[in-house]
Amino acid sequence: MSDLNKLTIAEARDQLRAKEITSQELTQSCLSAIDGADALGAFVHKTHDLAMSQAQAADARLAAGDAPDMCGIPLGIKDLFCTKGVDSQAASRILQGFKPEYESTVSQNLLDAGTVMLGKLNMDEFAMGSSNETSVYGNAINPWKVDDRALTPGGSSGGSAAAVAADLCLAATGTDTGGSIRQPAAFTGIVGIKPTYGRCSRWGVVAFASSLDQAGPMTKTVRDSAIMLEAMCGHDPKDSTSADLPVPNFEAMLTGDIRGKKIGIPKEYRMEGMPAEIEALWSQGADMLRDAGAEIVDISLPHTKYALPAYYVIAPAEASSNLARYDGVRFGHRATLAAGDGITEMYEKTRAEGFGPEVQRRIMIGTYVLSAGFYDAYYNRARRVRTLIKKDFEDVFATGVDAILTPATPSAAFGLGEMTDADPVQMYLNDVFTVTVNLAGLPGISVPTGLDSTGLPLGLQLIGRPWEEGDLLNTAHVLEQAAGFVAKPQKWW
Amino acid sequence: MLDLTYEAPKPKVIAGAKYDWELVIGMEVHAQVASNAKLFSGASTQFGNEPNSNVSFVDAAMPGMLPVINEFCVEQAVRTGLGLKAEINLWSAFDRKNYFYPDLPQGYQISQLYHPIVGEGEVIVDMEPGIARRVRIERIHMEQDAGKSIHDMDPNMSFVDLNRTGVCLMEIVSRPDIRGPEEAAAYVGKLRQILRYLGTCDGNMQNGNLRADVNVSICRPGQYEKYIETGDFSHLGTRCEIKNMNSMRFIQQAIEVEARRQIQIVESGGTVDQETRLYDPDKGETRSMRSKEEAHDYRYFPDPDLLPLEIEQAWVDDIAAKLPELPDAKKARFVADFGLSEYDASVLTAEVVSANFFEEVAQGRDGKMAANWVINELFGRLKKDDKDITSSPVTPAQLGGIIELIQKGDISGKIAKDLFEIVYTEGGDPAEIVEARGMKQVTDTGAIETAVDEIIAANPAQVEKAKANPKLAGWFVGQVMKATGGKANPKAVNDIVSAKLGL
Repeated sequence: MSDLNKLTIAEARDQLRAKEITSQELTQSCLSAIDGADALGAFVHKTHDLAMSQAQAADARLAAGDAPDMCGIPLGIKDLFCTKGVDSQAASRILQGFKPEYESTVSQNLLDAGTVMLGKLNMDEFAMGSSNETSVYGNAINPWKVDDRALTPGGSSGGSAAAVAADLCLAATGTDTGGSIRQPAAFTGIVGIKPTYGRCSRWGVVAFASSLDQAGPMTKTVRDSAIMLEAMCGHDPKDSTSADLPVPNFEAMLTGDIRGKKIGIPKEYRMEGMPAEIEALWSQGADMLRDAGAEIVDISLPHTKYALPAYYVIAPAEASSNLARYDGVRFGHRATLAAGDGITEMYEKTRAEGFGPEVQRRIMIGTYVLSAGFYDAYYNRARRVRTLIKKDFEDVFATGVDAILTPATPSAAFGLGEMTDADPVQMYLNDVFTVTVNLAGLPGISVPTGLDSTGLPLGLQLIGRPWEEGDLLNTAHVLEQAAGFVAKPQKWW
Repeated sequence: MLDLTYEAPKPKVIAGAKYDWELVIGMEVHAQVASNAKLFSGASTQFGNEPNSNVSFVDAAMPGMLPVINEFCVEQAVRTGLGLKAEINLWSAFDRKNYFYPDLPQGYQISQLYHPIVGEGEVIVDMEPGIARRVRIERIHMEQDAGKSIHDMDPNMSFVDLNRTGVCLMEIVSRPDIRGPEEAAAYVGKLRQILRYLGTCDGNMQNGNLRADVNVSICRPGQYEKYIETGDFSHLGTRCEIKNMNSMRFIQQAIEVEARRQIQIVESGGTVDQETRLYDPDKGETRSMRSKEEAHDYRYFPDPDLLPLEIEQAWVDDIAAKLPELPDAKKARFVADFGLSEYDASVLTAEVVSANFFEEVAQGRDGKMAANWVINELFGRLKKDDKDITSSPVTPAQLGGIIELIQKGDISGKIAKDLFEIVYTEGGDPAEIVEARGMKQVTDTGAIETAVDEIIAANPAQVEKAKANPKLAGWFVGQVMKATGGKANPKAVNDIVSAKLGL
């Protein structure tokens, strides 16, 4: 019964149903792994007792028969999700000690499906970052290592990625505003899917940029993503942007047959200075899909180069407004005031103490681009670019393209601290392949496809048509099988 | 629909030290939508509850909370737009107005800057019979109200009550078509009347459910007409906005005071600064709240948590079909159907409950008489007791019964007033009371003739005088009335006295 934590969701489900294992055993195995992995900085709030009682309930449900697929599966939950009675602070000092009285719709859906919550996972503060280095908890560290260099697990869902890659949980929730699921998935050799905007409810997820934020699963396999996504998503009347669409059985759509599918290779994603290894991986990925019977076509997404600047106007603009509620008045951190301080001082001190530098930077950028006199030059222009980017994809899909293949990241995981002194824009470039998908509201998935010369995982991204996650997962499944990625990080923690 | 014709009133002219000046006034009226729940949350809107008891997670802006539109508030806004003969925008959208204040938990107010739900409409503001101002409505949008900050409960702390946070307001924006303080008050009054007819706002100004921001500027006579002709605001003076007025009296006072302040500045060679001001009723002055330079940059942008609000024409049509009769139409109908004066019709239609009461009284009876009785007797009596029509002890059926007794000639007008007082204080069926208490008029000519004969026989000297001067016949009528305890039919007495005296 050892190493149950290394199971996939699908394996564990089958063994739970076959009564070969219990959820309590599975959960205990994960909890032990978590306790031995503090060095990874992945779990920032552990909920042992809650987990064991949920596992017990799951076992009862499994014993009664007819339990859902996810029943008894232990998960990690990103700290961005509000979880009832459990610390939920978006990795920010400003929400220190905040225990919500409500459960986010996505985590509630997972609880309803019988899953077990092991605890809360590290992330970049308010999901703003690509390296997990902006977290108030400190870095999460990539279980993959080259020499003695500590590497980033990516961000913002860095804790989720590290935890899944290190087998601390069977899977984790992530959120993705500009690549925060797909980039860390690629950096840690796991699968992460950002569903179509509106597929998962945003209710109870701490907002970063409302028009871009979307929750999704981070798992060991594509099949696991299919199983978990089905349990997470669905229409939520509490979120006006949630789509009132039926949820398909995604796993059943993993036929492994992509014959006749048209896969687009966008020429604009062939960036200058792209590492040869990434380039090669991309071509190999295309070859694998071609070998599986898909048709590979060259396509153009002409406005791609404007995506990153537009994203870094729109996301901070929305964030500057979304984060206004953290003012020290009702919950979270409030600065100690000096005699004579008034409300302005309370705001200024509270927010200066509560928000880290990256969050402050984005609030300032967002405030600037929305301010009178600059609004048209920045925000309105960025919105127009967004419309054009969306249209780029629509035009391509209108020609019969089923999915688009791109690299997930411009490089493998980089060293922690390596970007600290760099221009923030260098860090923002990590999102170059992923932000277009958020701007267009499309589903995108990162699939581990190979290792670089130093032995670090690399991922490819597949972008699908809106609401066709099932089809996208099937293509990703084919790519995953063809790539045969089975490497695991060497345990050093 | 029936329309009463009217002429525009003359604009108010204020004589300065050097010139005559006219006023130009536009208003933004904030009307709290009558609904049980808030605009974007299910929390109650009940007034007067314990502080912070009408607060949901959404209202408190807890992390991850999202707004969901309350369809009934949308319906109320549409109904209001239809009531103001305005165009309804089937596509509208919500924007965020960003600013920091402790009673604004989200750090932004959700409003409709760029695409309001209601477009151009109008309000006919009656000033006196035949005289009314047509005030154009520019737009109506929906927005969230803020909470309440309380600064005077503790020397070191401020308190916040979020009960009001997120309650739906309609902001009704007029064009600068109002030309004097009285018109401004009348405009608010008319708007309030229409909203109350529609049931979209209770109009309670004391509770702050209806409040107005007043934009005031001054100009020389003739300039306003140039503005109307060209639409060019440069013909008008610089405006100041007086914020948050919640009484008609203060609105009038503030406008008057502000206009005189501006005249004084301009006549002494200065220029009026565009700014936001507050009216202090104790000191009788307006003072600067913030200048144009200090004005907030609200960083409006479309709220990404809400999809554009799309409504269907059929839904709007359905609301339109169920719209109640509005004050102007009702007034015109009362004039046409009941032969009332425009003044009486105005009084009766001021509140829909009064109008309904009147209509019930007047149904199948003499309309004018019904109007007189409702306005003079009933309203007068209620006022004496500090009551309003909703707590009237006299029902329309009872008042109608009294009027019927007069119309049939069963009682005189004088007796009727006594009867009214009995019904008012004791209740009961008027006809039964008249019967039981012997208040019925004597119309039996035989009995009256007997009485007349007796009095003539007893007063030969008076008979002679009356024959010489027929005006003195009134003395005999009075004596007969006295002898019959006031119950004799005065007309019958008159006729018989005249006949017997041979006049």
